[in-house]
Amino acid sequence: MASLVSHPDEIRVVTKRFGQGATDLDRYLALDGYQAIQKALAMTPDDIITLVKNSGLRGRGGAGFNTGMKWSFVPKQSAKPKYVLCNGDESEPGTCKDRLIFEHDPHSVIEGVMIAALAVGSHTGYIYIRGEYRYLSVIMQRALKDAYARGFLGKNIFGSGYDLDIYWHGGAGAYEVGEESALMESLEGKRGIPRIRPPFPAVVGLWGGPTVINNAETLASVPPIILGGPDWYANLGTPKNGGTRMFCLSGHLNRPGVYELPMGYNLKKMIYEVGGGIPGGRALKAVVPGGSSTPILLADEIDVAMDFDSLAKAGSMLGSGGVVVLDDTTCMVKFALRTIKFYQHESCGWCIPCREGTDWLKKTLTRFHAGAGMKKDIDNIYYLAENMLGKTFCPLGDAAAMPTMAFVKKFRKEFEDHLDGKPCPFEKAAEPVMV
Amino acid sequence: MADLTLTVDGKKLTAPAGTLLIEACKSVGIEVPSFCYYPNLSLQGACRMCLVKIEKMPKLQTACTTVISEGMVVATDSDEVRQARKSMVELLLGNHPLDCPVCDAGGECELQDMAFSYGAAESKFMEAKNHKDEQQWSPVVYFDRPRCILCYRCVRVCGEGMDVWALGVQNRGVSSVIAPNKQDHLECEECGMCIDICPVGALTSGAYRYKTRPWEMNHIGTTCTHCADGCKTTLGVRRSDTGMEIVRGDNRDKSGINNDFLCIKGRYAFDFAHSTERLTQPLIRKDGKLSPATWEEAFALAGKNFAEIRTAHGGEAIGVVGSSRTTNEENYLLSKFARMVLGTNNVDHHRTADFPALAAALRGKSGQTASMRDVLSAPAILLIGNNPTEQHPLLAWQIRSNVRLRRAKLYVVNSQPIKLRRQAAGFAQIPAGAEAHAVAFLAGDDAALDHLVHQSATRESLLALRDKLRAETGLVVAFSSEIRGADVARLVHSKFAGAKFIALADYANSRGAADMGLYPDLLPGYEPLTTDSRFAQEWGTLPTVPGLTVPAMAAAAKAGTLKALYVVGANPVARFGLDPFAFSGSFVVVQDMFLTETALMADIVLPAANAYEKSGTFTNTCGDLQLVKKAGEVAGVKSDFEMIVRIADAMGFEVRKLVPFGGGTHADMGQSRGAQSGEADRHSVWLEAHGLEPRMSPFDPVAIFDEIQRLVPSYHVSRLDLLAGNDQHTDIGEAGPGAAHDPNLIIPANDDLFSSGTLGRYSHTLNSVMENKNAPAPSEVGAD
Amino acid sequence: MFFSDEFEARFADMLTHYPTRRSTLVPTLLYAQDEIGYLSDEVVAELAQRLDLNELEVRNVISYYSMLVTKPRGKYNIQVCTNIACMLKGGEELLDHCKHKLGIGHKETTPDGEFSLEEVECIGACSWAPAIQVNYDFHENLTVQKMDEVLDDYKKKGGEIL
Ligand SMILES: Cc1cc2nc3c(=O)[nH]c(=O)nc-3n(C[C@H](O)[C@H](O)[C@H](O)COP(=O)(O)O)c2cc1C
Ligand code: SF4
Ligand code: FES
Repeated sequence: MASLVSHPDEIRVVTKRFGQGATDLDRYLALDGYQAIQKALAMTPDDIITLVKNSGLRGRGGAGFNTGMKWSFVPKQSAKPKYVLCNGDESEPGTCKDRLIFEHDPHSVIEGVMIAALAVGSHTGYIYIRGEYRYLSVIMQRALKDAYARGFLGKNIFGSGYDLDIYWHGGAGAYEVGEESALMESLEGKRGIPRIRPPFPAVVGLWGGPTVINNAETLASVPPIILGGPDWYANLGTPKNGGTRMFCLSGHLNRPGVYELPMGYNLKKMIYEVGGGIPGGRALKAVVPGGSSTPILLADEIDVAMDFDSLAKAGSMLGSGGVVVLDDTTCMVKFALRTIKFYQHESCGWCIPCREGTDWLKKTLTRFHAGAGMKKDIDNIYYLAENMLGKTFCPLGDAAAMPTMAFVKKFRKEFEDHLDGKPCPFEKAAEPVMV
Repeated sequence: MADLTLTVDGKKLTAPAGTLLIEACKSVGIEVPSFCYYPNLSLQGACRMCLVKIEKMPKLQTACTTVISEGMVVATDSDEVRQARKSMVELLLGNHPLDCPVCDAGGECELQDMAFSYGAAESKFMEAKNHKDEQQWSPVVYFDRPRCILCYRCVRVCGEGMDVWALGVQNRGVSSVIAPNKQDHLECEECGMCIDICPVGALTSGAYRYKTRPWEMNHIGTTCTHCADGCKTTLGVRRSDTGMEIVRGDNRDKSGINNDFLCIKGRYAFDFAHSTERLTQPLIRKDGKLSPATWEEAFALAGKNFAEIRTAHGGEAIGVVGSSRTTNEENYLLSKFARMVLGTNNVDHHRTADFPALAAALRGKSGQTASMRDVLSAPAILLIGNNPTEQHPLLAWQIRSNVRLRRAKLYVVNSQPIKLRRQAAGFAQIPAGAEAHAVAFLAGDDAALDHLVHQSATRESLLALRDKLRAETGLVVAFSSEIRGADVARLVHSKFAGAKFIALADYANSRGAADMGLYPDLLPGYEPLTTDSRFAQEWGTLPTVPGLTVPAMAAAAKAGTLKALYVVGANPVARFGLDPFAFSGSFVVVQDMFLTETALMADIVLPAANAYEKSGTFTNTCGDLQLVKKAGEVAGVKSDFEMIVRIADAMGFEVRKLVPFGGGTHADMGQSRGAQSGEADRHSVWLEAHGLEPRMSPFDPVAIFDEIQRLVPSYHVSRLDLLAGNDQHTDIGEAGPGAAHDPNLIIPANDDLFSSGTLGRYSHTLNSVMENKNAPAPSEVGAD
Repeated sequence: MFFSDEFEARFADMLTHYPTRRSTLVPTLLYAQDEIGYLSDEVVAELAQRLDLNELEVRNVISYYSMLVTKPRGKYNIQVCTNIACMLKGGEELLDHCKHKLGIGHKETTPDGEFSLEEVECIGACSWAPAIQVNYDFHENLTVQKMDEVLDDYKKKGGEIL
């Protein structure tokens, strides 16, 4: 449904079957489908893990942890069943990539889950898809059914003697459920409250069994890695940042869309060449480089390689690949308010700093943006965010605090321009940009 | 487990592996603040108050969820940590109504304390607070949402602790709210644990709210007067027009065998004491009507008539009925008064368990009775009959806690699918009335199996259950009153290695009434009526022919041979279903709080104090001896102890023989040293503990307690520990031989969670909860 | 009871996917809501009973998830995303437009029961912003004019007996 775009700089690894009817199993098979799992069935679990480790694949869900390394934490022996979870809760504002994978290539996710299961010795996997993506759930359920019908799933897959079940599971509207332990709670039929860690999911996860949880894009990247080899994949990207990733370009751009580009691709180039630059010849003001929780970059900070380490060095994060571009008509106070409104709405409410902190930030920013701000509010906003950072029960609190601190730090002047009952300086300039 | 060494704030400390950091800190006196952490409940890590700095960890860590490790270096008081705490308090206060002046919790509020300690005085927020009106969830539970800090303690204690699960969290984020099903009323046991565990004033008690400020109360630790489990309760009392009013019951200091547990009766049903129907003046029957009289008149008349009847017809013409709710000292005194002063063995009480049979079965074997504490630590528990959730709430709590926290194995044999089966590792549902057969089977008699097979209980499952039980070591066996006489012996002698036993009786001092010899054929300590008994030696010549039981007394009265009846704190007419007219030809004296069915037929009614208004000791059903302390006071009533002594005096008996007062050592009680506050107190406790304090008064129950300790072997416990407020286990195996009884004399009280015999009938709280339970449920309110 | 055969078949199948019955709860609630329109007391009681939960536990879960509702709403639930990417592209104006056009506010329903309006968080359409969902259907790259067309289409559809 969502329209596809393309650009010559793209390297299509995960998106190579997009627009080619690969939801159909035969079509998927014709396009190298279920080759990787058969190759993996001939490998030892340790070899699979080493291969994925060496490919430099890092989690596409946000934190960027080395995937093979994550798998290696799962104990070999376990009294309880082990599980593989695909995180398809995709809810971080700015992010709309897993949606395309489910829509165009659901079997690649299934195949990725299968390989992960083999690697860690699990016989059950779940693909969790957010409730809003009902049409994708239909596609996925269909794909699973087809795979079962061919004996790719179930008992004795591909005649290998290995039993493997994979099921679909659906959410019902909650960003926090994308957090790995909250997702497990949700899957167990509970409120999406994260769990105390340690123990970590790799040791004690779903129903107490060792569990691997990976983002849908991460898992869809695994089959091509098995087929193409670790070196090929690693060399597509930058050191320690293997391969390609799907960047979701949105905001004030001429050609927004989801592009698969090599890791380390230059952000400036991404905005001006791939995304086609800013409409109406307006100036770039700032960029959210990796989804709404990542600290904003100023226009003069965008000459940066889009990989996990380079962005960390630049004081932000690669996150979930959501690149939101802001032109000079954007009111940063309003942008900050909208960002925090989201986290306030999505906080699970379990811990004090996130529950109360996001609410006070929202209240203060609302008043501030409405023109009733006071000078001390600016410091208070920073103080609130600073006191949330690193003190919450799960990273949602950080996700709210980090961008807020960056907004205040980088746009203090703009906050000050809202003071003394003045109307928002952007209210008039900011005509709705209708494309 | 091995001990680990760590450093906290520069202090080296060791603690067993597996200890939580917050507890390790506490063990050396370093208090790490917390709201959501509560010992013995599941961990939350939600309030973030306990954040501490652990070396080598980039972020602050919650001490409540961190398990200590070797060599850990922790800072609990750095600037960073203090700032984190301060900001949590700031955030909480931001939305808090700050209505401390009208809040019940003001003065004992953990949020207040934290704000005081971490100085979040300056408010950074100027937006409107989220307001919600207060809700009444039940007659005893009110919820004030804006005060709630979402520590989830209430949710956990209700679910994990009580196994009731009546509270949950609805909505999310800042709209999160603690709520019962359908949001506006509770479907629960009304135990009030949620209220007591609430660190702030969000949950308040219908019985206590707006009555007083915490600092206006005095707090007295005593023992609950309702069921036979013997919870320690701290009563908050306040001066009132008629003496001292009890306004609150709780056990927040976690002293006593019940830790912080209390059921609805312990927590709220002290209110019978303030019933407007309390008797506060002696009544004498004049012209057929009970009319107010003075104490002097009443004692003189009672003494005169008892003395005359004794002289004219002998002691056998007088019957005495004692109580399962008066103190050990009073029961002992009554037993002694009957034998020594009235010269009769016609002494009885409402029996609810066969303690004499247990005493006989365990004779000479010490260490085979379980204390209430043992129930919390035993590796395995067998429960035969009874429904502790309703009848022995503390026992049920101990069992649940033991299963949850120590993974004890619980085995349940019951004719009903009682709630504790949810904790059971083995459950056999047997036919109603087959408890004795179950005992026979457990004791090895396979023929009894035929009587047990029922519903879920097949032969195989029963045999498997018995095998499992035989494999358990350290089993605690609690059995209901259906197990009597020979069955008790059979159970005790079955092949359960190292088992300890509990006979389940129904009233607060049922066990004490039995131990103190309120039997026609047994003296205190289950001593038989021999001429050379310890008691005969001490008290002088005693009647040795067994006396009459309560039903036999009624028959004798009807036949005209029982001329007088003395009832102390009991209601035999109602409990035994006696014909009240049976005693119309007898002279009847009744001591009670209320005009009960029995009091109504009396010639003299003496208004009595209850156990919350006097001192002494109680023995719970397990044999745990505990102090009863005077808390409340109602003008116009007297303790049963004093009344017994006064009647003896009015009979012309030399009171000093009845109550050995006036002796002892004359000692300096500390005053001469110009003792500072508290010092004199400690000194006198020590003297009292060693029996050295002179008993100046014939009304001093400790004088009788001295004698009990001397003459009843199982009561040879540490006086010092007892007086210090600790429970002391008495071992029925060290008592006398006991005796066989007519099984029909054991009549279960059939009280449940919301009833408590006569006391319950006069409790406003219990009555309103009962009414509320019967009312139709309000319609649904959706989550917002 | 009042669920369709399709629901029952799906529910029965789902029960075989997990080691605990409770695990089916979240998706089942959504499917039940799709059939009944909202999670009524009866649905709560029924699912609680089927999954061995007490009603309170089911309500605790329902009230956590933003897609689950316990009161009826319009046949077409217009969900307008105003999160950052959509906001930059006019999501708030779309929301205002809907408010005027339908005469209702956030989480309100038109008197004829046809439409409800809801401001929602990111629905995963950032690159095609501004976007809305009507029930489960996405409408993307919207303008005020296109929004009108979308609403008119549903109005027409709603006229038909479904
Ligand atoms: C509040 C929060 C929301 C998250 N949402 C998502 C999400 O929607 N999708 C996702 O894949 N990961 C999400 N994550 C990250 C997951 O916790 C987890 O790290 C990820 O699924 C691991 O997969 P990866 O290693 O393949 O990235 C979220 C994390 C947090 C703290
Ligand atoms: S930071 Fe706290 S309140 Fe926020 S989502 Fe995580 S646990 Fe919930
Ligand atoms: S911000 Fe609207 S779809 Fe993401």
